[in-house]
Order: sequence, then structure tokens, then C-alpha cells
Amino acid sequence: MSIELDITRTYPGFTLAADLTLPGQGVTALFGPSGSGKTTLLRCIAGLEKAANARLVVNGEVWQDGDFFLPVHQRALGYVFQEASLFPHLTVAGNLHYGKKRSRAAAADEAGILDMLGIAHLLPRKPDGLSGGERQRVAIARALLAAPKLLLMDEPLAALDSQRKREILPYLERLHDRLSIPILYVSHAADEVARLADHLVLLEQGRVLASGPLTETLSRLDLPLAADEDAAVVVDAVVGAHDSNYHLTRLDFSGGVIWVTRRDLPLGHRTRLRILARDVSIALEGGNASSILNRLQADVTALVAADNPAQMLVGLRMGQTALLARITRRSRDQLGLAEGMGVWAQIKSVALLA
Amino acid sequence: MFSLSPDDWSAIRLTLALAGLTTILLLLIGTPIAWWLARTASAWKRPVSAVVTLPMVLPPTVLGFYLLVLMGPEGPVGRLTQALGLGLLPFTFSGLVVASLFYSLPFAVQPLQQAFEAIGERPLEVAATLRASPLDTFFTVVLPLARPGFVTAAVMSFAHTIGEFGVVLMIGGNIPDRTRVLSVQIYDHVEALEFTQGHWLAGGLLVFSFCVLLVLYRFNPGQPGMRP
Repeated sequence: MSIELDITRTYPGFTLAADLTLPGQGVTALFGPSGSGKTTLLRCIAGLEKAANARLVVNGEVWQDGDFFLPVHQRALGYVFQEASLFPHLTVAGNLHYGKKRSRAAAADEAGILDMLGIAHLLPRKPDGLSGGERQRVAIARALLAAPKLLLMDEPLAALDSQRKREILPYLERLHDRLSIPILYVSHAADEVARLADHLVLLEQGRVLASGPLTETLSRLDLPLAADEDAAVVVDAVVGAHDSNYHLTRLDFSGGVIWVTRRDLPLGHRTRLRILARDVSIALEGGNASSILNRLQADVTALVAADNPAQMLVGLRMGQTALLARITRRSRDQLGLAEGMGVWAQIKSVALLA
Repeated sequence: MFSLSPDDWSAIRLTLALAGLTTILLLLIGTPIAWWLARTASAWKRPVSAVVTLPMVLPPTVLGFYLLVLMGPEGPVGRLTQALGLGLLPFTFSGLVVASLFYSLPFAVQPLQQAFEAIGERPLEVAATLRASPLDTFFTVVLPLARPGFVTAAVMSFAHTIGEFGVVLMIGGNIPDRTRVLSVQIYDHVEALEFTQGHWLAGGLLVFSFCVLLVLYRFNPGQPGMRP
């Protein structure tokens, strides 16, 4: 199960060239600055842009190969545009059924989808009476009701204000948890990617800089991601224990544990942590001479210069888990840090994503 | 005092038939032309646009003259219609319909083209991603969204055809019950100094045209007629 693509599309002054094999399930984020070609790539995959001589195979089904080009309406896909783009002449129900009645695939679970996106009460309304968040949820449901084998989402949150974004993100997380079809998610927002993606494709100026599992790719020091002010790694963890005395919750991951303030989550619940590089500092000794709660033993895997000449980026590894730390060059010299050294990573703050 | 002669009524009937038939045919012919003009990136777009708009700026007598030449016994169209056993078109009702199609073409194509352009690319893309074929999309998305354009096109074609005079006179002459339409009838009344009769018909047309525009603005508030 995979998505294989080899697409080249040339415009005046811009060339998109992508040769990728993407996982056939889960959320793959196409991530990059504006103008990097991520939307163009998505449109080529949908067939909305016609890339000549491209090859595209989605879970064994050939959509494009040489001269063969499956027209958009014959591709079993769902596409969510940046703006909801609901048909203004149809009600919500009319919009939802537009794709459903044309799809030849087995009917999607309508009640389940309406419930998942919380839109059952909107059915008789016209699109112009809906809020931006509601419209986008209807657009997602409309795409899903056509029983797609691949869901393409082009920055579905970009046109929404931050409050609407917060309103819709939980629905997208549910999508991630419940859908068995692969989702390609275009975004330039690192926090959305950290929350939703399993696999990350990094694009810049039409080229693929990296493609790999999210956690691994975010921790790579050779990518421009690490140099970003908000550089962060994502760690998949499970709820391991609750400490009712100190009101803390223990999250276990490969290579260590992290304590956070108590959350009402059941034991064994899978969750995702985001740790910013600038929130990680390094000490040579463990001990308890610090108020920082989370101190983890780690090995230094790499040291590279950051974009700011005062700073360094340090790659750290604990078991299967990688961390990034942003420290000053002076601290590196004072501590005498070098690759392969055993150190203590002190984590000042952790964001629980899901 | 309300006195329309049988000739007047005949002219009214003929005019309504001509305008009705022309409108229906123009919607059928104008839709693909307007669709092509709205969507094409071809270099032919400008010349075709200019040809379609030509009847708007051309004196009707010029248009009528060339149509007469083309459809006459020595013209290529005339030879064709004779070869097909249809006879000659000038001075027949069919000839008037053909002439009216050219004469009112821009009044159908322009509002349709504007309506199609206003829809943009996105609804078509959305429909395609929802498994709708291009033809399916046209009937289920484009037609409903372009409805105001169709209303404008129909009303303008109808009203414009009703008022045609120059072309009719060139191509159809003045044959009672066959080609004598309202505007010609009014002209005849005035020529014969029958001003009262002329008033009834001319006044009627005036009121009709006013009502047409009123209805148009009422149903298409966002699309006040056409661009020049």
C-alpha cells in the first residue's frame, strides 16, 4: 500500500519536480514555504493540473502513466480546497450528496461522517448562512461522502481565523484517527503538521528536500527546519501513570519518560508531544540541583551552527527518540560538547498535542 | 377608441413569433459560443469576440445588405439553400429568423459569457473532484449558477429582436403576414399619416420595453443589463 509519484511540471520561472513514494495510509504533510510547489503538487496528483509524462499510482491503481491520464472525475479522490467552495445553489445536504450519488464506490458511512464532523444539524441550510468553520467541515464531509481512496487537503485551515482553526483542528485529528485512507495534507503551518502528520515531505522551490516519517524528519539537523526559530521535534508517547500526590501525569516513550501536569487521560492513551529546540537545555550532570522536572539522559549525535551566529543546534538521542536543543556557542565550549558524549537533556516545557 | 386593425394584430403575432423563436435558437447557439469565449485561451478569442459583437455597432442596414447578398440567388448561402431544396431565404419568415439570429447574437452571448466568467474555475474543479463529468458539471453546476445570465440573455435577445427594423426591411421587405413585423407596421402607419394607429403600436412597444427592463432589474439586481 503506497502512493508512487514521479511528477515534473514546468511553468515560466518555476519547475516542480517530485519523485516520491508515500505511505498508503495515515497523514502525509506536504510542507514548505509559499511558492515551494506544494499546492501545485497536490493539484497534479488530483489531475487538476496536467503534468506531462508523469507517473502516479495510488495504492495499486494507475492514475497517470506516460500518455495515460485518468480524468479528474474518474479518480477516486476527495479534495478539500483552501476555501470551502461549497456550491452556493445547493443546500448543505445537496452539497453532501453531490459527490455521494456520483461515486461508484461502496457508499460511505454517512451518519458516521456527519457525526464525526458535527454537521448533522446543518443539512437544510444554505452555505452562505454558515460560519467559515462550518463550511469547511461540510466541505470535508462532502469529499469523504464520495468514498475516496485518497483524501487531498490544500491548507484547509489557512482561510480561517485562529479561533475557527482551534474549532476545526479536533475534527481533523478525528479524521486522522478514524480514516483508513491516506491523506495528503498541504500546509505551511508547523504546528498543524506536528499535530496531524505521520509522514513529512519537505518542499522548497519545487524540489523535494526530504521525505520521511515525521518524528525522524523533524529531528534532522541537515534540513532548514532545524534552523527555524520554532524548530521542534514530535514524540509519540502513551500515558503511563498518574501521580495524584503531585498532580502529575507520566508519559512514556521509547527512551524515557516525561512528566507533565496532570491530564484526565486514561492509562495507555496514545498522545503526541511537541518539544521546541529552544526549550531544551543541556547539563553534564544529572543530580537534582535544578527545578526542571524533566531531565533525560541522552547522547549527543550532532552539533551544527544555527542561523544565529551566537547559537548551536545539538542533536540528542534517547533510545529511538531524537531531540533537538538550541544552545549558545559559548555553552557548547564551556561544556566541551562533542559528538557521542553522554549528557542530560533538561526539558523546560512540553506541549501535548493530542 | 382602442383600435388595432387585423393587420396590426398580424404584425404583433408575427413579431412575437419571430422574437420567441430567435430567443430560443439564440440561447442554444449562444451558450456554446459564450462558453468557449469565457474559457478559451486561444488566439482566436479576440477575433471571434469581435465578430460576435459586430452586429451591435454595425448599422442594421449594412448587416441586412450583406445577409441579403449572401442569401440571395447568387450568394453562397443562397446557392446552398437552393441546392438543398429550401429555396431562397430573403423575403421569408425563415430569412427573418436567420437575420435576427445575427442581429441579436451579441445580446445573447455577452450576458452568458459574463455569467460564465463570473463562475470561475473553482466550482468546475470541485465538481470534477466529486466525480462529475464535464457535461454533468455543465448541467448541474454551470447552468444553475449562470441562471441570471440566461435570464438577461433571453430578455435582451427577445426585446432586441422585437425592435429590429433595418435588417428586416433589407432582408424581409414588407409582406403582410409573412415579414411585416411591428416596427415596419409602425413605419407604414406613419407614412400613411395614421398617427393614432402608430401611437398605439409605438406606445405599446415603449411600455413593453420599459416593463422588460423593470423585470430584468427586479430579478437580476446584480447584473444591470450589459456592458456596451
